[in-house]
Amino acid sequence: MNAPVRRPDPRDYASGQDVRWCPGCGDYAILRAIERTLADLGADPARTVFVSGIGCAARLPYYLATYGFHGVHGRAPAIATGIKLTNPDLDVWVVGGDGDMLSIGACHLAHLLRRDLDLTLLLFNNEVYGLTKGQLSPTAPVGTRTPSSPMGSVERPLSACLFALGAGGRFVARAIDTDRDLAEILRRAHDHPGTGFVEILQNCVVYNDGAFAPITDREVAAERQLRLVPGQPLRFGARGEKGLALRRDGVGLEIVRADDPAQQDRILRHDPTNRDLAHMLAALEPPMPVALGVIYANPGEVSFERALRAQEGPLAARAGRRELQDLMRRGPVWYVPG
Amino acid sequence: MTTVESTALAIAPRAVPREEREEAVVRFAGDSGDGVQLAGSLFTLSTARAGYDLVTFPDFPAEIRAPAGTTYGVSAFQIHFGGREILTVGDRPDVLVALNPAALKVNLPELAPGSIVIVDIGSFTERNLRKAGFEADPREDGTLDGFRVVPVDISELTLRAVAPTGLGKREALRCKNFFALGLVFWMFDRELTPVEEWVRARFKDDPLLQSANLAALRAGHALAETAELPQLPAFHLPRAHIAPGLYRAVTGHEALAFGLVDGAMRAGLHLTFCSYPITPASTLLHDLARLRHFGVTVLQAEDEIAAVCAAIGASYAGGIGVTSSSGPGIALKTEAIGLAVMTELPLVVIDSQRAGPSTGMPTKTEQADLLQAVFGRPGEAPVVVLAAASPADCFEMAREAIRLAVHHMVPVFLLSDAFIANASEPWRLPDLDALADFPARFHTDPASFAPYRRDERLVRPWAVPGTPGLEHRIGGLEKQDVTGHVSYDPENHRRMTELRWNKVLRVADDIPEQGFEQGGPEDELLLVGWGSTFGPIARAVRECRAQGLAVAQIHLRYLWPLPRNLGALLSGFRRILVPEMNKGQLARLLRGEFLVPAKALSKVTGRPFTVAELVAAIRASLEERP
Repeated sequence: MNAPVRRPDPRDYASGQDVRWCPGCGDYAILRAIERTLADLGADPARTVFVSGIGCAARLPYYLATYGFHGVHGRAPAIATGIKLTNPDLDVWVVGGDGDMLSIGACHLAHLLRRDLDLTLLLFNNEVYGLTKGQLSPTAPVGTRTPSSPMGSVERPLSACLFALGAGGRFVARAIDTDRDLAEILRRAHDHPGTGFVEILQNCVVYNDGAFAPITDREVAAERQLRLVPGQPLRFGARGEKGLALRRDGVGLEIVRADDPAQQDRILRHDPTNRDLAHMLAALEPPMPVALGVIYANPGEVSFERALRAQEGPLAARAGRRELQDLMRRGPVWYVPG
Repeated sequence: MTTVESTALAIAPRAVPREEREEAVVRFAGDSGDGVQLAGSLFTLSTARAGYDLVTFPDFPAEIRAPAGTTYGVSAFQIHFGGREILTVGDRPDVLVALNPAALKVNLPELAPGSIVIVDIGSFTERNLRKAGFEADPREDGTLDGFRVVPVDISELTLRAVAPTGLGKREALRCKNFFALGLVFWMFDRELTPVEEWVRARFKDDPLLQSANLAALRAGHALAETAELPQLPAFHLPRAHIAPGLYRAVTGHEALAFGLVDGAMRAGLHLTFCSYPITPASTLLHDLARLRHFGVTVLQAEDEIAAVCAAIGASYAGGIGVTSSSGPGIALKTEAIGLAVMTELPLVVIDSQRAGPSTGMPTKTEQADLLQAVFGRPGEAPVVVLAAASPADCFEMAREAIRLAVHHMVPVFLLSDAFIANASEPWRLPDLDALADFPARFHTDPASFAPYRRDERLVRPWAVPGTPGLEHRIGGLEKQDVTGHVSYDPENHRRMTELRWNKVLRVADDIPEQGFEQGGPEDELLLVGWGSTFGPIARAVRECRAQGLAVAQIHLRYLWPLPRNLGALLSGFRRILVPEMNKGQLARLLRGEFLVPAKALSKVTGRPFTVAELVAAIRASLEERP
């Protein structure tokens, strides 16, 4: 008789190394969610690779019992590209922070997304540089005071999800570090054939505590969070009494009353395959509610690495030594007799 | 057969005395659109078929479509061939074919007195002369005094020859290169057949261009043959004694591409080539992109950094990652190469060096990245550094780069340069069935596994994702010895730094000992070279030895670690001269390593050494008191 198959436990995916994040860091919650996701997926640790760049978030691979590669700052997407090109069967996860992915490595992130490699990419956005002690991040709001911007920043922030959509990303989601449904969103990002991009709003307790309080605080959460459910109306508010509709006086979204029969029918339903809607949803920011969940999911036909491999032809039909010898001898050759 | 063809064949050849020569240097030069590269390569094909040894070098303008008739739009192709071993592209042309005034202007300073200058006088219009920067017609103001000038109205004669085919004037003028080729073929007593075959095959779908080019070729040949051009000299060169075998012409990058594909097969690994376009390295990207059906993955990355990082990812995943660039791009890859040093993964980095710093002269050659390759990284980050000595040598050195990277879990630099990349030489084709495999070994046994547990050569195991039981984490942070866990322990960092150094130094046990190319310990002066200076140095040393001078030659293909016996070889010499196309980088390295009196002979003009320069330097060195 076969031994009963034990359902994997999230703790099976912990490497056992001491976790060195600050107590109370949002990264702990994300790590737990990842372990839960891996358990739910029944992921094979031998076939799973976590790749990171540099930063607090980039330490994550050390804490998982899978294969892990801690690279150089900003370059995790490029390293992951090489891994997938060489072995498309590996289950690759790329993790990094806002500095890693949207500042020094923004170029690589853009190209990973446009190429649409089949992997999962988690961007931990805490709107600050943590590991280097609190400098200004490309996602920090105007006016942010940090050691490198003591008079308040005067640069406008970059939106991670708009960046991902602009780069041609075909799966774009946003979640909050401590949300109970984070693991579910990670699983959907993983199951998406192509690059599954998830921006995780992550609280840095030391350098940027409460950065997302205007969205996550219990008192405002219902007003400031738009939970996206495919096919369902875009509704929010404590009793779902508000909804989003197309503006009548221009292009964009506006808030309407869900309890007003005259407005009710105007409320849009979420369609994750609609790119225009995704752009509007990704752009929402306070005082509008912030879109959470899967903003866009529209799989392409074939991932970059599979398409490239297909061009190389089936393994059995690959040219080998004989063909190389022939190729070298093709074209103008001449024989010098002995 | 068309009328044009029969006319050319009907005229009886003139019998001329042919001047005997050991060797000759011919340069075709013209506007970018004049087809001089094609003329040059067809002359090369004929030269090889005729049994001569040869070296060629194309000299392209940096501008893609420079305005016609300007000096910066001049394209040239030089071939040096003869009956003895040809090692260089030739110091100065014996024959210059100038298809416009600008080509004459640019190449005049290169010519020795008495050189033969064939000029297309049809292109010597006032406008073209002005564009080339001539204030007066150089044929009339004494500029060409001392040269054997052969004025031919190539433009007009080409138009006349092509006219029966009905090709338009603009298109017909583009057959000028074939007319010029016909002249040069006659000068060197060549059969037209190989070129005719080539034209027929190349233009098999375009009968008009086929017959036009054939007509121009034959008209040029016929003009010379029928004594209408008495000032055109004729030569005879004895055939070379060449090692028997099957040959083809090969550029450095073609040989590199073949070598990488073969090397990956020998190692049993998937080849992932990641590169970003940069002159003069891009042709390797093109060459490999044509070999995808060998199971070669080619990534044109978004930038240089992504290219090297993807190559590292490829090696981590159990393939062989190769990246290629030129100096400025290598600088961008530097941090990631340090990561490959730290994670002790195989990686091949190809540097086709060009004249720098910064953008410098992208199409011109230099050897100024040697110290960048050996030492140019933050922290103590040792790597293996190899250098190909010639275009054909790239095949063997590419295979070596993969072998050493894979067997020693280390990044390997392979230095090439703009000259090697583009120059071509005859390559005696190796029999691939006779070459040995060098299979890579992956670790699979969980019981004995620790990511940094080393073997007797200090090499760590290659544990590839997908292998059950070997899940581990590595990265750029310092590793604890054996376990690979992150470590800030001072003593551990000292030990790991030493281990990484010694691991690379031990590669010296896996490379050939150094020998002399010419001469030996009994000689008075030693020339040490590396890379593409091989040809000129070998030729200069040969000439000097023939004149009785006691000079020896060593040529390094392994730059780091240096061959085990090199110190002993050098220590016997009181005079060591190191010709380099930089400010003395190898000389510094040799002095630093061995405390020997190595003296640099520096050349940084973007051009290879000439044999004459080296012979003069050898003489001067021998006259100096050591």
